[in-house]
Amino acid sequence: MSEKELKSLEDQFQARIDRDEKIEPKDWMPEKYRQTHIRQISQHAHSEIVGMLPEANWITRAPTLRRKLALLAKIQDEGGHGLYLYSAAETLGISREEMYDQLHSGKAKYSSIFNYPALTWADMGTIGWLVDGAAIMNQVALMGTSYGPYSRAMVRICKEESFHQRQGYSILLTMANGTPEQKAMVQDAMNRWWWPSLMMFGPKDADSPNTEQSVKWKLKRKTNDELRQQFVDQTVPQANILGITIPDDKLKWNEERKHYDFGEIDWDEFWQVVKGHGPCNKQRLEARKSAWEKGTWVRDAAVAYAEKQANKEVKQAI
Amino acid sequence: MKNWPLWEVFIRSKNGLEHRHCGSLHASDATMALENARDVYTRRMEGVSIWVVPSAQITASNPENNGETFEPAIDKAYRHPTFYELPDELKHM
Repeated sequence: MSEKELKSLEDQFQARIDRDEKIEPKDWMPEKYRQTHIRQISQHAHSEIVGMLPEANWITRAPTLRRKLALLAKIQDEGGHGLYLYSAAETLGISREEMYDQLHSGKAKYSSIFNYPALTWADMGTIGWLVDGAAIMNQVALMGTSYGPYSRAMVRICKEESFHQRQGYSILLTMANGTPEQKAMVQDAMNRWWWPSLMMFGPKDADSPNTEQSVKWKLKRKTNDELRQQFVDQTVPQANILGITIPDDKLKWNEERKHYDFGEIDWDEFWQVVKGHGPCNKQRLEARKSAWEKGTWVRDAAVAYAEKQANKEVKQAI
Repeated sequence: MKNWPLWEVFIRSKNGLEHRHCGSLHASDATMALENARDVYTRRMEGVSIWVVPSAQITASNPENNGETFEPAIDKAYRHPTFYELPDELKHM
């Protein structure tokens, strides 16, 4: 294909996206579109799967049977969400195994938030409220993304995810109305999770070189800073209802902007965790790899069984 | 995973409606595909019936041929009821 022909195809492709048409798996797409989507969708899938790990500890430690059921259901959803996303990525020509390899070898990233430890039961509430809250904000924006399978996965995920945030907030409401010790746990969890939650939206727009291209492809409907601002504005009143303080002395309503002003994120910490030096990076990856390796015999046995059954059918047919 | 084929999942949300494609998953055989589909796609009463089909068994049209495949229908307006002009006195038809 000549350069001119390629340019024309790319222009037609962009025009389709501008007209709000969806791109489907077998359609022509620029190689960069394909690769960027494989990267983003697979890392999104990895985040769902690794996101189950900080919660795993608390299944057996949930304070009541009701809370335990809700937590189990949330974690099961996350497994499901990982599957929707892996399937969407596979439509672009990468295999499931390749994606697992990339995760296990450390080549692929997942959301850094899951490299922080979940120390108390209040963390389960705070993760649901802030971490799922931030994720939902991002995912709602992504429902309108241009790649059909990704967009459909987002719609399904958003439908299911709202319960995650509510069950988290409900845990905190109960504790915030409990003993002084329980209230202190809520505040402590807030102090530890607030800044990492704001980091979930990624680097500042000025330091995010891919933003422009992603906006063109509708892989970003809102920039990192816009989503972060939206998150802060939405969360402050919710924190007030819980009667807890947000650990930021620069946080203040700005009447002129009609938004909250807030302090600077510790970007050194952000990059440290992204590069693998967070409190739990190693532990999370080890847990993932160990689960995969220990499951080998199960996967092999399932294949052996399927082959045996298939052979039986052949014999019967003869 | 290499040997676990991909399956397409179709769900009937309630009797009276058709099965609709809702996604795909890997499974070692049809029984496992059905069981996994139940866990992945009907956790909130989304279905009363599930079909699973090996993805490799699906033959799909090629979007590059969309022109010759679908465009001939564009200039066949006479296949639509609104193509036919009828007198105003005719109230229902």
